[in-house]
Amino acid sequence: MKISREDVLRVAQLAHLELAPEEVETYRGQLDEILAYVGKLQELDVSSVEPMTQMRPHTATAASAAESEPELRDDVIVPCNVAEAVLAEAPDAAKPFFRVPKVIER
Amino acid sequence: MSTGPTRPTWTISGVRDALLAKKTSARELAKDFYAQIARRNPELNAFLALCPERAYAQADRVDSAIAKGQALGPLAGVPVAIKDVLSTEGVRTTCGSKILENYTPPYDATAVERLEAAGAVILGKTNCDEFAMGSSNENSAYGAVRNPVALDRVPGGSSGGSAAAVAAGLSVVSLGTDTGGSIRQPGAYCGIPAMMPTYGRVSRYGLIAFASSLDRIGPFATNITDAATVMAVIAGHDSNDSTSAAVAVPNYAAEMEKPIAGLRIGVPEDYFGAGLDPEVKAKVQAGIALLEKLGCKRVPLKMPHTDYAIATYYIVATAEASSNLARYDGVRYGLRVQGNTLMDMYRKTRERGFGPEVKRRIMLGTYALSSGYYDAYYLRAQKVRLLIARDFASAFEKVDAILTPTAPTPAFKLGEKTADPLEMYLADIYTVTGSLAGVPGISVPCGMTAAGLPIGMQIFASHFGESRILQLARAFEKAGGFSI
Repeated sequence: MKISREDVLRVAQLAHLELAPEEVETYRGQLDEILAYVGKLQELDVSSVEPMTQMRPHTATAASAAESEPELRDDVIVPCNVAEAVLAEAPDAAKPFFRVPKVIER
Repeated sequence: MSTGPTRPTWTISGVRDALLAKKTSARELAKDFYAQIARRNPELNAFLALCPERAYAQADRVDSAIAKGQALGPLAGVPVAIKDVLSTEGVRTTCGSKILENYTPPYDATAVERLEAAGAVILGKTNCDEFAMGSSNENSAYGAVRNPVALDRVPGGSSGGSAAAVAAGLSVVSLGTDTGGSIRQPGAYCGIPAMMPTYGRVSRYGLIAFASSLDRIGPFATNITDAATVMAVIAGHDSNDSTSAAVAVPNYAAEMEKPIAGLRIGVPEDYFGAGLDPEVKAKVQAGIALLEKLGCKRVPLKMPHTDYAIATYYIVATAEASSNLARYDGVRYGLRVQGNTLMDMYRKTRERGFGPEVKRRIMLGTYALSSGYYDAYYLRAQKVRLLIARDFASAFEKVDAILTPTAPTPAFKLGEKTADPLEMYLADIYTVTGSLAGVPGISVPCGMTAAGLPIGMQIFASHFGESRILQLARAFEKAGGFSI
């Protein structure tokens, strides 16, 4: 499958990336080459294979990993108090808020 | 600035002995390392930030503990370096990206905290490919790192700075991160042991995420004993990372000295085919023969899905990256480029802040997850990933460890592969398999090419089999395998 300029622009829009005009063609060619290579995944018959959705050990034959409950911590309240430190890193903060360009017109 | 190669001269036990014998102090040692860094870093570009205030404060705590005859942690006074994707409280952490150029984390990563609690002296933060995306360290927004063994060559990536720092003797050990080979491959290129633990063995809390189902933290060292010591410090469950495993941490120092005679070592023919440099192949075969001589039993293996690993990896990893990197929008931290609307601000910030490889991977991942393509790319890749994991599971029913080359070639020249992203991706061909399966792996030095470039041999074991890996690596080291 060939990747078009329109595909690149659509993906860039979804990813909130603004591309310079000359970048569009570069990425088009590169994504095209990479996706052509990735196309080799279509060679395999995966109709009876489950997707791997978690990282616990897998067995050689079972359809999915051995079932085991993840470790849950106790539900207790612990102090956090990081608001000051977090806001100190913000490009534009008006405590206790992050400030951004106006999103609602009145 | 002056050059001249520096060689690592310190080990963890060497530091401990010198401190206890009062031959030096932790403060003096830190000072000596900073002097070496000042001399060598302009050329190598291994460090992005130094934190002498923090280092000397920690060194003074160690010196005071020694003066009072108090018990010392396993890393007391040991100068270490930390890859710049690991959060360090009060020390600038950029991920090699312009988008975090002025970011200072308000907390420490768990692995960093544990190192310091064990007495380690953190010298600074090491250079890396932007958000750990790369195989040569050339994707750093702050310039490439040079390989200390051959200055015209890459150190490997993405943890190139951490590998170069240890190989050049600018830190005794260091931490890197490995998503598809980013610890093991630079370890091989720079000629030092480099270990990727099992997924879940080391807490990822405070590791700035690239691909959350693949990212791991592990050590670079000049010898296996030091790698084992660092592993013992950083391993173990952490309530701040729900994916960290509640599996007991073995005594690696004791386990690694156990005899290896009788162990079954699997050699998958799929890792020795086309594309493998003949010199690398010959040395790794010699390395395997040495282990056989030491009493291991060689078992030929087939891991039929190996050839699909790069394609699988570059869908899974980029899909996760596109999601993880959505957080860089100019609102809460890092760079903000002003825009007329919120959306305009997001786009301009991300356009200015991210480098080309990061944008490429975000777009690839976004494409693979987008409506109409999800089944063909992401879902299919996750299914093939299970087939790759099963290849490993089947193999470990027959063998105790798997031996392969770490990378298909030795370190390549700076600029050699930057024009072709796909060719660069293929440098990870032997490492991404274990990343996808979640198993642990190490790269150990395995001789050099005729031109003097280091070669790495990779050892995989099954989940939580770090002891097995260290045991084989230690026996290999003692038998002279590193300079075979």
